Amino acid sequence: MPKDDLKTTYRLVGTRPNRPDGLDKVTGRARYGADISAPGMLHAAVVRSPHAHARIIRIDASKALALEGVKAVITRADFPTGLTGEDWNLQENTLAGDVALYDGHAVAAVAATSKLLAQDAARLVEVEYEVLPHVIDVDAAMQPDAPVIRAGTADHSVPEGMHPNVVKYIEFGHGDMDAGFAAADLVRAQSYKTEATHQGYIEPHACLGQMGEDGKGEMWVCTQGQWYIRRMCSAVLGTEASQLRVTPSEIGGGFGGKTTIFMEPLALALSRKAGGRPVKLVMSRAEVLRATGPTASASMDVKMGMKADGSITAASVNFRMQGGAFIGSSPVGEALSCALACYTVPAVFHQGYEVLANRPKAAAYRAPGSPMAAFAVESLLDEMCHELGLDPLAVRLKNAAREGAKASYGPTYNRIGLVETLEATMAHANLKVPLGPNQGRGAAAGFWFNHGGETSVSLAIGEDGTVTVSVGTPDVGGSRASLGMMTAETLGIAYESVRVNIVETGALGVNEPTHGSRATFASGLAAVEAAKQAIAQMCARAAAEWGIDAEAVEWLDGAAVPAGPNAGKFPPMSIAEIGAKMGSTGGPISGHHEVTAGGVGASFGAHVVDVEVDPETGRTTVLRYLVVQDAGRAIHPAYVEGQYQGGAVQGIGWALNEEYVYGADGRLQNAVFLDYRIPVASDLPMIDTVIVEVPNPGHPYGVRGVGETGITPPLPALANAIAAATGARLRSLPMSPPKVLAAIKANARG
Amino acid sequence: MSKIHVTTTVNGDAVEFLADPRDTLLDCLRDQLGLTGTKEGCGTGDCGACSVQLDGVLVCSCLVLGAEAEGKTVATVEGLSNGPDLHPLQRKFIEHAALQCGFCTPGILVAANALLTQNPDPTETEVRYWLAGNLCRCTGYDKIIRAVMDAGAEMRGAN
Repeated sequence: MPKDDLKTTYRLVGTRPNRPDGLDKVTGRARYGADISAPGMLHAAVVRSPHAHARIIRIDASKALALEGVKAVITRADFPTGLTGEDWNLQENTLAGDVALYDGHAVAAVAATSKLLAQDAARLVEVEYEVLPHVIDVDAAMQPDAPVIRAGTADHSVPEGMHPNVVKYIEFGHGDMDAGFAAADLVRAQSYKTEATHQGYIEPHACLGQMGEDGKGEMWVCTQGQWYIRRMCSAVLGTEASQLRVTPSEIGGGFGGKTTIFMEPLALALSRKAGGRPVKLVMSRAEVLRATGPTASASMDVKMGMKADGSITAASVNFRMQGGAFIGSSPVGEALSCALACYTVPAVFHQGYEVLANRPKAAAYRAPGSPMAAFAVESLLDEMCHELGLDPLAVRLKNAAREGAKASYGPTYNRIGLVETLEATMAHANLKVPLGPNQGRGAAAGFWFNHGGETSVSLAIGEDGTVTVSVGTPDVGGSRASLGMMTAETLGIAYESVRVNIVETGALGVNEPTHGSRATFASGLAAVEAAKQAIAQMCARAAAEWGIDAEAVEWLDGAAVPAGPNAGKFPPMSIAEIGAKMGSTGGPISGHHEVTAGGVGASFGAHVVDVEVDPETGRTTVLRYLVVQDAGRAIHPAYVEGQYQGGAVQGIGWALNEEYVYGADGRLQNAVFLDYRIPVASDLPMIDTVIVEVPNPGHPYGVRGVGETGITPPLPALANAIAAATGARLRSLPMSPPKVLAAIKANARG
Repeated sequence: MSKIHVTTTVNGDAVEFLADPRDTLLDCLRDQLGLTGTKEGCGTGDCGACSVQLDGVLVCSCLVLGAEAEGKTVATVEGLSNGPDLHPLQRKFIEHAALQCGFCTPGILVAANALLTQNPDPTETEVRYWLAGNLCRCTGYDKIIRAVMDAGAEMRGAN
């Protein structure tokens, strides 16, 4: 459907009503993972490896078990054997088997009658280790002398002769690379590195689990996806998914990091061993940083050819990423696919290697892989524009991917809005603000695919004509509001007459988590379809009462009405009237829709940042920040802006401050928020936003999904701004003051 | 280890509880009194999610022992509204979409209330520095700052 066929004016879509869960969240009533308790509840604590790589010789829990009030201790021996593939990875990451693979890897867990007692008992569990050589850095892990983390992990894709830590190889591309580079007036190649960062959600992982000897269990847990928790816990414990009922709590941030399990099976296994008493397990911040999903670290090479007019003739990328000690955890494939997705380039070639290292198992983090790739590609693009005397934004527009173009990663683009996004960026007032000494302006573009996925939504008409929507995608940032708005818009009723509930695994068919920016897109699409089913039923009920054909009734402003003058003359029958009578007119009225949602629309963004760099300290101050991004359609613009702003600030943190710091012993040295420093309010200016709306033809209201793309451009935009301010080009993150200062000094020396 | 009997006032109500000498005020509020609106984000005083006022002073309740509350007054997010009437900060946070996941929100509301009590007309920079001890990972702070400034204006009668 072309863009112009989509309706552009709506009653509710595009307005900014209060979110329905706002009251609970400003009064402290909203219940998060650690906020509930159960009768007879035990508390758990986890014993973790202090070594980056160590063989577990012996675990002796006798002293812990001797403490009064300690009810259970579990080790890997309490879990089933014989798991394969990702199920084995999940089990191994939940509790180490023969070898602890990273600092913080769980080796045992304890349940006791109080939190303090559990912690005391955990300290009494004696673990004897044989320390093994470790490797942390992705490039070092590929060297011939690197310690082997797990021989035999590599899949068939890896070329012969590579180190066993290289476990996956990917290559793809199209076009004639030699001809592409030969056609260029300027060919440049550079290397870049990014360090691992953490999603940094403020709520630590927390759950309350109960399981009996019969394998029936329940869990309350902060998660982006209750069905993923159910499937993963069941696989790790060797129980049946249907017997575990998982209820998602309110979630205190996830950003991808709560799409998987880390410690949830421990609560269930402890409960089972303690006679079915419920077990509460809450991570400390240090545990979150040491043992839950950071993103990958990356080492990247980029080569690009450009004509004097700014046309990109060819580009190749070679990325190496480690995502911990487990195959399949790094986003190297996504990074490759995102690397050149913003541009139409005649010849592209991508190579990627996944590498094991003695680090925690990486989890998804907002647009997984895309920020690193953008840092490399958008930095080099900027350098080449300056070398050729070209406007970097104009060059991006010249090469911008458009509808009908073949994407760098294979498919042909449907309707996309990168051109509109870049045009809106170039027209923004921020670009006209004059800059002072030590100040610089940098721009970059970014991309994310967005995602549809398995989705199941149910909707029920109440006896008073109000509507309950049951969805399976936890609300991480206002999706109850956007889903309620789309439902109310479709039904022609008040926003306040719809209640959106995030339901447990027993209440709906399987849903993927809230990930990939899919909640408003996919649950929204399904809610609209469910509403349409209910409308059809309500029209049929009215038709039966009026004694006319159902086809002769249509739905208008929340009521059934005759479809035209020939249908007969009847007053509108409201949803409230139909709801009040539905018991006697055929029974309850509901709608449901199940789909693996296609029709996904990619979201492109462009950011422009102004910085000032202190030449004496190397500290970078963000003066001004602009986010421009295509939302498709902003259902609730305030929460779209919020996604843009939040994504940009996570990217600013990644660019300037955040990194995993390891000692020579392979232990994480900054596992507290004081040292793992995420941006604070005083670091930042207001974050300006422009919502571009090029509706996605694959969604009834044009939604694309807005959460991911915003974290991608800040990394290169800040590198480009710092280069503009200082003349020094940083190709390694974070661009912390000491590194910027060193780069300024090296640049001054020439 | 024997427990300590603590008598204190929380949100205007006289309460008593038994605290392990190692229990933080945060633990006591959440586990003994069921006031789970106050959150633990770090346990090391770095994130501000556990912010409460103790005898009118803004503190991280994870850095205060439960036993230290003896004879004092504690104000948490649960006490911010006056019956059914939301505090202007609470209302403005909803109106400005100043929360996404909402986990840092109770601590930020308590901290912002402490700011507006002592400085009814803060500049943007003053709000940013006052809230620098309250981490938010979702919003980028923009809408939080706007909501606090707007609530301050309303409380001053400037709107």
